[in-house]
Amino acid sequence: MQRTELIVNGERKVTDVDPSTPLLWVLRDTFGLTGTKFGCGIAQCGACTVNLEGDAIRSCVTPLSRTAGKRVTTVEGLSKDGSHPVQRAWLSEQVPQCGYCQPGQMMSASVLLARNPRPTDADIDDAMSGNICRCGTYQRIRSAIHRATQLAKHK
Amino acid sequence: MSRARIPSAIAAAAVTVVGLLLESRLKADSSLGAAENTADNTAGVSAFRDVASVLTSPRCLNCHIPGESPLQGDEGRPHNMNVKRGEDGRGSPAMRCTNCHQSTNSDLAHAPPGAPDWRLPDAKTPLAWHGLSTGDLCRTLKDPTKNGNRDLTALGEHVTSDKFVNWAWNPGVGRSTPPLSHQQFVDKFTQWTNSGAPCQR
Repeated sequence: MQRTELIVNGERKVTDVDPSTPLLWVLRDTFGLTGTKFGCGIAQCGACTVNLEGDAIRSCVTPLSRTAGKRVTTVEGLSKDGSHPVQRAWLSEQVPQCGYCQPGQMMSASVLLARNPRPTDADIDDAMSGNICRCGTYQRIRSAIHRATQLAKHK
Repeated sequence: MSRARIPSAIAAAAVTVVGLLLESRLKADSSLGAAENTADNTAGVSAFRDVASVLTSPRCLNCHIPGESPLQGDEGRPHNMNVKRGEDGRGSPAMRCTNCHQSTNSDLAHAPPGAPDWRLPDAKTPLAWHGLSTGDLCRTLKDPTKNGNRDLTALGEHVTSDKFVNWAWNPGVGRSTPPLSHQQFVDKFTQWTNSGAPCQR
């Protein structure tokens, strides 16, 4: 049985799950990290977005084998105490309605801010257009990302 | 005319005849060369026409686009999710090509197709040929300022060995393949470059 080693939220993890298994199911079922959600299962909605070495990948179509030896961050790994600027901004802007897509939204937003600390509205639209929200919270998501840029400056 | 002048007149005439014959032969040789060049040119232009039939198929055309937005599907519709090329041709921040496109095709219907190093040409040399005539496509393809600074050898390697290019012949369910086989495509490309890579006027 093939073993795969990866770093999840800063912790070394080893699993013997089939390397072709989508990362999403390894995170949820093997490691118990249920913050990452199943949406469409075909990389069309963004609910399963996690950070793989700085990229906002769709874990539902990413085989475990791609993550071998790499760093994965899930929504649980943004911070343990809710202090990450994106977490604080999401709260202060009261972004979620049903909330199901929000872990994916937050992970894409955090990747955007890591690469572009001062995004314009157009930058945000470009970066977030792969994350769908059925409740239509897009305006609050955009406000929260702008808020997060301010919080990151003053943290 | 004196008897003494007759032989020299004959000699002069002979020289003239030989000269005319030589000139005629030289002209014949020259026109033969031109005929060969024309034949090469014609064969090369004809080979490129076949090359172009592949380059303008959806599998190539969807990423060799002007502007910022790639296309998808056999009908060339705008890529879902407002995907953008980005400076390096690999997407914008948080929307990188490989966020969704893996190194192999997915078995799932409507899931993103996959191949190693999924990308578009970069923003500086976008190598776009959407809407170009066959001749203009040919000139664009050869232009190092547009093709990522590739010479003909590098272009040949790109169409022969690049795994992303080869994906066009294994695009997964619901996507057409180019009109020639990959080997036929490479053969026609080689024939075109061996003919001096001529372009239709």
